[in-house]
Amino acid sequence: MPTEFLYGVEVVLNGLMAGVLYALVALGFVLIFKASGIFNYAQGVLALFAALTLVGIMEGQVPFAHLINAIFGTEIHHFGWHVPAVLAILLTAAVMVLLAWCVHNFVFRHLVGQEPIILFMATIGLAYFLEGVGDLMWGSDIKTLDVGLPQGASFWLEENTAFLGGEDFYGFFIDKLDMVATLVAALLVIALVLFSQYTKQGRAMRAVADDHQAALSVGISLNFIWVLVWSLAGFVALVAGIMWGAKSGVQFSLSLIALKALPVLMLGGFTSIPGAIVGGLIIGVGEKLFEFLIGAPYLGGATENWFAYVLALIFLVFRPQGLFGEKIIERV
Amino acid sequence: MKDTVDPYVTEDGRQIGGVLMEMKNITLRFGGVVAIKDISFDIREGEVRAIIGPNGAGKSSMLNVISGFYNPQEGEVFYKGEKRPPMRPYQVARLGIARTFQNIALFDGMSVLDNIMTGRLNHMKAGMWKQAIWKGAAEREETENREAVEKVIDFLEIQAIRKTPVGRLPYGLKKRVELARALSAEPSLLLLDEPMAGMNVEEKEDMSRFILDVNDEFGTTIALIEHDMGVVMDLSDRVVVMDYGKKIGDGTPDEVRNNQEVIDAYLGVSHD
Repeated sequence: MPTEFLYGVEVVLNGLMAGVLYALVALGFVLIFKASGIFNYAQGVLALFAALTLVGIMEGQVPFAHLINAIFGTEIHHFGWHVPAVLAILLTAAVMVLLAWCVHNFVFRHLVGQEPIILFMATIGLAYFLEGVGDLMWGSDIKTLDVGLPQGASFWLEENTAFLGGEDFYGFFIDKLDMVATLVAALLVIALVLFSQYTKQGRAMRAVADDHQAALSVGISLNFIWVLVWSLAGFVALVAGIMWGAKSGVQFSLSLIALKALPVLMLGGFTSIPGAIVGGLIIGVGEKLFEFLIGAPYLGGATENWFAYVLALIFLVFRPQGLFGEKIIERV
Repeated sequence: MKDTVDPYVTEDGRQIGGVLMEMKNITLRFGGVVAIKDISFDIREGEVRAIIGPNGAGKSSMLNVISGFYNPQEGEVFYKGEKRPPMRPYQVARLGIARTFQNIALFDGMSVLDNIMTGRLNHMKAGMWKQAIWKGAAEREETENREAVEKVIDFLEIQAIRKTPVGRLPYGLKKRVELARALSAEPSLLLLDEPMAGMNVEEKEDMSRFILDVNDEFGTTIALIEHDMGVVMDLSDRVVVMDYGKKIGDGTPDEVRNNQEVIDAYLGVSHD
């Protein structure tokens, strides 16, 4: 096989893996949007907050250490223990559920029935608030997140695919973390679909997304469902936070990955879980391939930064509801 | 002798039992507007009870009080002999009171079957995890619930549309699906808010037949609001008549029909 072609395949594979990570963030958006009509700008910060909390718990950091030290003149920073990754992830999930409860009861519960734009503004506020709280709780330095996921290139794959090409082909270069992320994302999506299709709570969630009054009349507690939805979004954010944190360190720019989810949503549609996945994959593959085929040779490179947004713009013009979004039909 | 609370059997052989729900001196205000003024009436087990009145009489408000969407400022609600504290609508639903809406509230994005299945939510007891992995109790429960739902679907003759997304259905069928969802909950009390509004004669006849059959076959107690006097008189055992938030009549269709106040409210009186 020609080496050029094999490199192309490698680019596509890497694009798919990157796409999975975009899809993970987009999933969180879709969940909340479907169930409550809220476009949750804070989803990226939620992922950051989850990652910060996870690192904090694992390292035995004292939450609000700076604040406590400043007030009481103490010098405490660490509890001096290390929590195993699995336990820390469970604890962080519990924190995310607690956060979901607070977010619903202190903010969105009081905004039920408001215009979507007001809810959107509230999520912007929430984003900045959470970023501040995350900073105050765990400090603002960049941390490494090591939950024991495999890192670095897979030499096994590289060695075993080298025979495909000729002299100057060394095999596919793929990050092990990306492979794990793909697996985790697939499991997460299967779990979410099973949950929403086959459980009582899932059915209730879809019902609430559709019509509040009708949901009440069949005995569904709206408050419970909304807390559940925010918890799920928090959980997805935790998974995304772990993957992104392990890949590029836990730092405040992590919250910006939320911006990458926007073009994914425009492609996939705001209301479709499969749409978020496919949208993420298209963007991932698209930007890598574009860079490989056109960007690097002809445009001077660095096209990955803007490719996704241009693609989203094109979609907005020709198919505003996205690939899988609900068709906008009004019965007159 | 329908004023006593002793059980009796109607002319067409249905069993009417004791008082299922009693509304005592209900007053409901929205700011300065009094929607319901000091109204009392009861609903007995097994009967079809109608609430009628001209536009703006407060009929829907009354239904909303019964189903917990509004909580009245004054008065008491008794259900199955016990005083019911102020409740949220979902709590009322869990007591076995199901309802339909005047302008249809269905889950448009879900299929007819899924819509009707939501009516069974309160009959599902298995935990979240068991349901997710589809084991034992959860599987048995789902089968039972499906059976109950299929029975309702057969009963209301909507087999042909069971997989159709509700958003695509015409108005008349949507009304029927909404009734199916309420029925699948196996309610002790079924509230119907203008079940025949906006229907043509044929659809109205179908709906009347379904309502009578539901009452007859399942023995479900039904309280309904209706505009169409003719329909109400044929369907119901007893009728409450409201006008401007007040009760102006209560009794059998015949009694109500001959009540001067009711005639005035419906036909108008000359003021000279």
